[in-house]
Amino acid sequence: MASKVLKKPRSFYDIYERNPSPDKKMPHYCPGCGHGNVHKFIAEALDDFDVADRTVFVSPVGCSVFAYYYFDTGNTQAAHGRAPAVATGTKRALPHSIVISYQGDGDLAAIGTAEILHAANRGESMTVFFINNAIYGMTGGQMAPTTLIDQRTTTTPTGRSAHNEGFPIKVAELISQLEAPVYVERVALFDNKQRARARMAVRKAIKNQVDNLGFSLVEILSPCPSGWKMDPVDSMKWIRDVMMNQFPLGVYKDITKEVEPYIHEPYHPTAEEIKKLIEIIPESDKHFARSDVPERYKDPQIKVAGFGGQGVLLLGAALAQAGMLQDYHVSWLPSYGPEMRGGTANCHVNIREIEVGSPMVSNPTVLIALNRPSLEKFEPDVVPGGLIIYDKSLIDIDVKRTDVEVLAIPATKMADELGNTRTANMITMAAYAAYTGQFDKETLYETLKSAIKRQRLIEINRKAVDAGYEFGLKNRKK
Amino acid sequence: MAKILLKGNDAIIRGAILAGCRIYFGYPITPASEIAEAAAKYIPKVGGTFLQAESEVAAINMVYGAAGAGARVMTASSSPGISLKQEGVSYLAGAELPCVIVDVMRGGPGLGNIAPEQSDYNQIVKGGGHGNYKCPVLAPNSGQEMSDLTQLAFDLAEKYRTPVYILADGYTGQMMEPVEFGEPRTEFPRHDWALYGDAESKKNLISSIYLDPDELEEHNRKLQRKYAEIEKNELRYEAFMLDDAEYVVMGFGIVSRILKTVVENLRKEGVKIGLLRPITLFPFPSEKISELADRVKRFLVVELNNGQMVQDVRLHVSGRTPVDFYGRMGGVVPSMQELLEQAKKMTEQDN
Ligand SMILES: Cc1ncc(C[n+]2csc(CCOP(=O)(O)OP(=O)(O)O)c2C)c(N)n1
Ligand code: SF4
Repeated sequence: MASKVLKKPRSFYDIYERNPSPDKKMPHYCPGCGHGNVHKFIAEALDDFDVADRTVFVSPVGCSVFAYYYFDTGNTQAAHGRAPAVATGTKRALPHSIVISYQGDGDLAAIGTAEILHAANRGESMTVFFINNAIYGMTGGQMAPTTLIDQRTTTTPTGRSAHNEGFPIKVAELISQLEAPVYVERVALFDNKQRARARMAVRKAIKNQVDNLGFSLVEILSPCPSGWKMDPVDSMKWIRDVMMNQFPLGVYKDITKEVEPYIHEPYHPTAEEIKKLIEIIPESDKHFARSDVPERYKDPQIKVAGFGGQGVLLLGAALAQAGMLQDYHVSWLPSYGPEMRGGTANCHVNIREIEVGSPMVSNPTVLIALNRPSLEKFEPDVVPGGLIIYDKSLIDIDVKRTDVEVLAIPATKMADELGNTRTANMITMAAYAAYTGQFDKETLYETLKSAIKRQRLIEINRKAVDAGYEFGLKNRKK
Repeated sequence: MAKILLKGNDAIIRGAILAGCRIYFGYPITPASEIAEAAAKYIPKVGGTFLQAESEVAAINMVYGAAGAGARVMTASSSPGISLKQEGVSYLAGAELPCVIVDVMRGGPGLGNIAPEQSDYNQIVKGGGHGNYKCPVLAPNSGQEMSDLTQLAFDLAEKYRTPVYILADGYTGQMMEPVEFGEPRTEFPRHDWALYGDAESKKNLISSIYLDPDELEEHNRKLQRKYAEIEKNELRYEAFMLDDAEYVVMGFGIVSRILKTVVENLRKEGVKIGLLRPITLFPFPSEKISELADRVKRFLVVELNNGQMVQDVRLHVSGRTPVDFYGRMGGVVPSMQELLEQAKKMTEQDN
């Protein structure tokens, strides 16, 4: 017990100022409790490696929730079971630090099983001390996941039954099955020899982190006289004679000699580098003059629709991009949620002289339909006087509406003639631009630079723009 | 700098990086996964850490760990994942740790669907987890705001030592708009409360425990003073054509975009109607609402939920003028036409 120790490790505070109890020299643990022992081993190890200054100690929820009363280190207090996640966040933010996660059996092996398993599995560079006292100490002696079969607790008044509560969880065995952890050992606190072993294990687990070797866990069978309703002496005996049968001591895993240290290399790019790295510098900062758009085609609200794979979304994005190059306000919205059914895709594009309000286009002024279902579905929605452009080579019906303009373009056929069916979308886009006078060809060429990711496809898409543009011009309404 | 065409979800991460965020913890969920994907792509490039956690619970607790270490850290999720994070957010608020949390809302309750709803209003704006806390909530309605408000969120989080929410919807996340970016921040002052893993900072304690009721009450009082301060300083809203308005429509996020078009159209018909769009949901434009309540004929609040923000509007209107509500749920987004009719109905009520 820490209270009996005369010479206190330096890594403990001299006076426990944070402890609200009037006695600022005594720890808050019950007489005979194992927590104090383990605290002392940790503090001694921090002293020996001279790392207390760069240590962050994560206190759990459980009797050791107030570990921060004692450790003269950085201290953080985690929610029940989440200490390994908090430790992960701390260590990732402070790779040079020594992070210790200290947990009881309720905290680690019940509510926090996911967090410990995954921190271990990632091989987080941290040290975990797992206090297995086979009971919930803090909340007054309820069953823990490590409670032994037939052991009585306040929530297993007739003893833990395998049928009702299952078997005690063996954490050291479990964690040692994972690939990443470098060191897993189970020790116990029942006589001087075992305490000395425990002390060595605690030291090694901390040293591993000092050496940047990875994840270490030490499970410590630890007395809880209050929870067990035994005196401290009987508690020691119970660990030796009963608990150890269920939880054999020993080193379950040690690959510290085999692994290479991993040291995080910091990298701090300059402001200019950051802007390049996150790609916020536009492909070009060219701006293009707006064309003279006839009144009836101004501020188009466009719906582009077709099968997924026809480049519907890209067609729409290219239009938005072209609008942006001419300093219009633009928006592009893909079909989303319930709209996205049956393999069809559509998107909504607004190109406006003033700010775009609703990005949704329920009643388009321009409908670009690349397949028959899209034409059938959206034709009725087009505003009177609007424009419908459709791919004549794929759609074998005519537009029924007589109150709209229609441009039927054999886009797929034209694309095939160019040698690439997939350019039908860009042919159609260019036809729209030329037909309405919305965009000139130079703007469309520039658009291809950001719309077409693969360099080698740019040339054929330029030809597509040429072909579509010519078609649009030729068929312009007089 | 010139603009680039970008999805809202992408704009969030670029903005976050410009604001100095170098750590991201998250767990995939539609429609917020693109944020994690953008984070995974860009944050390591600038020397930061992206980590896909084992759950939202773990992710928010990792955020707690990194925030305690003074890092600009964020996470993003969608409604069901946000529900899981609430425990952690309560601890963050209690320990007064800064961080940014993005909620790209989807349809609920339960697994619901992935379509856009705004039904997290109550859980996000009113606190969400246990305890007497709330967080500043920013509700972007454009690609530009997805970036700008994310950057603002980091500053607010640090200034007030609190988690800050970006409350977005699937539409603002999916929508591409031109976005303009500023300069990256590269200098970050040390906080006197954080843990840096060194001798100078080790005296600090990150904790939400106050055993003594008087102390916990005082801590809570301090939090309330902080929220009052935030209310005083950080209110943001957009008032569109409200000066001579007789009718007011209100909505946030994507709804406000549709409502703006409604207002434009009705103005053309000579209807004196305007839009009040809260950009911050906490703080809430209560005084503006109160002022309007004295002079307008009627309010119409539109939300993609069962009527959550409207309760706050009614609170501040206090019966002085009628407040209508129109809501769609399940991920159904009303068309402009639909809202136009609702707005017309409102204006016809008094005639
Ligand atoms: C979410 C949550 N659930 C339950 C509790 C109540 N609780 C506090 S400590 C504890 C069990 C602690 O047992 P253990 O981890 O074995 O630590 P010990 O007290 O034995 O050292 C529980 C259930 C809590 N604080 N938070
Ligand atoms: S209840 Fe048990 S674990 Fe808790 S302090 Fe007392 S002896 Fe230690």
